Amino acid sequence: MSCSRIKSLLVVSFGLFALLFSTSLLANENKAVAVDSNGVATQEQPSTEHGAKKEEAFNVTETILEHIKDDHSWHLWGHTSIHLPVIVKTNKGFEFFSSEKLMDEHHEPAVYKGNFDYKLIEGKLKIVDANGNEDKEANKQLWDLSITKNVASLFVSVFILLVVLLSSAAAYKKRGVTSAPKGLQSFMEPIILFVRDEVAIPNIGAKKAGKYLPFLLTIFFLILINNFLGLIPFFPGGANVSGNIAFTMTLAVFVFIVVNLSANKSYWEHIFWMPGMHWSMKLFLAPIELIGVFTKPISLMIRLFANITAGHILVLSLICLIFIFKTVFASAIAVPFAVFIGMIELLVAFLQAFIFTMLAAMYIGMATEEHHHHEEGHGEHKDLAHH
Amino acid sequence: MVVGSVAAIGAGLAAIGAGIGIGQIGKGAVEGIARQPEAANEIRSNMIVAAAFVEAVALFAVVVALLGNGG
Repeated sequence: MSCSRIKSLLVVSFGLFALLFSTSLLANENKAVAVDSNGVATQEQPSTEHGAKKEEAFNVTETILEHIKDDHSWHLWGHTSIHLPVIVKTNKGFEFFSSEKLMDEHHEPAVYKGNFDYKLIEGKLKIVDANGNEDKEANKQLWDLSITKNVASLFVSVFILLVVLLSSAAAYKKRGVTSAPKGLQSFMEPIILFVRDEVAIPNIGAKKAGKYLPFLLTIFFLILINNFLGLIPFFPGGANVSGNIAFTMTLAVFVFIVVNLSANKSYWEHIFWMPGMHWSMKLFLAPIELIGVFTKPISLMIRLFANITAGHILVLSLICLIFIFKTVFASAIAVPFAVFIGMIELLVAFLQAFIFTMLAAMYIGMATEEHHHHEEGHGEHKDLAHH
Repeated sequence: MVVGSVAAIGAGLAAIGAGIGIGQIGKGAVEGIARQPEAANEIRSNMIVAAAFVEAVALFAVVVALLGNGG
């Protein structure tokens, strides 16, 4: 019954699309289509300044990569954007200027003359010579410490986190932990309890979980808020922070430090001299286990980066379908699909924060675990919550 | 209009692998839940973790494909 209903629905929808595509292609022939930075369709007449660009083929890869990259300005709408400050350090000292000066009136990269001549080459600030070409020798001493889009977005997420978490913390101070939670507090409490009861305690053990819970909660909420902000296509979001490999690497490095600093003797023993094995096997396993120490945080880094970036690319390529087919009617199929993928991305945003925290907790649990099945006579072992 | 590369074929193969893997995980989880409905929550969270591992491998391939494309 339901199967045949779906089938007829599919037939009707495909029929409609065939009809729409066949009529609209001709009607849209002489209109140039430009994408604004959120992938929202804006149609422009050929007479505008984009007229010359219209001739170039629409480059999907370039457009998508432009949107998931970091940038020196934060796009708001149309041709309006926030020009973020540029901070550069060279051997002539620090220099501050607005990124507005790196753009000319046609939104093309322009040369700014400071201590050196600066220019944006493929979105990155570089020192250029008199001909406008990259000066590789001078660039070696260039440190670009600018407040870029990602940095500004991190500030926004930190601000939101501080407001939300400090207000719920203050609520506990005021009303105590025994009374029922109210407002924001009642929204945050189940999430915090979820991280404690589903992530920290099963993996680390009830005794030690408290020590690592602040760290786990911090990475969980930081990843979660940045994933959510990344899904918002316009101003307060729009930056691809958790899909930036430097951001995920920083988190992974912190996990690496926490895991290895809290590791106990038995953890290192299991890496360098696996107990209960023949000595030849021990020699064979040691390098593998040692590599494992590094690949665990590396896989954390790549998992988060790739998941979030892949989601953004997916949504952007669906939106790009409109510009590939050069008809606004393609949005009839592209937009519902983009919304559908957006819904999945909401799930992924939560899931990746959960997985990252979960694996961090697992690694911490592995590093602090007390082993008691090989050696005997140590008497002091107690059964922990796990196992 | 359709321009491809070897990297894209690689990404497609990785997607096949991940599809089979996640399918197996889902199958196992549903069977497990059908046998023991009371363990559904535990099975579900383990399923998600396992699926994330499989998915990550596919996404590694996507990253490699992107790099291979000169992006």
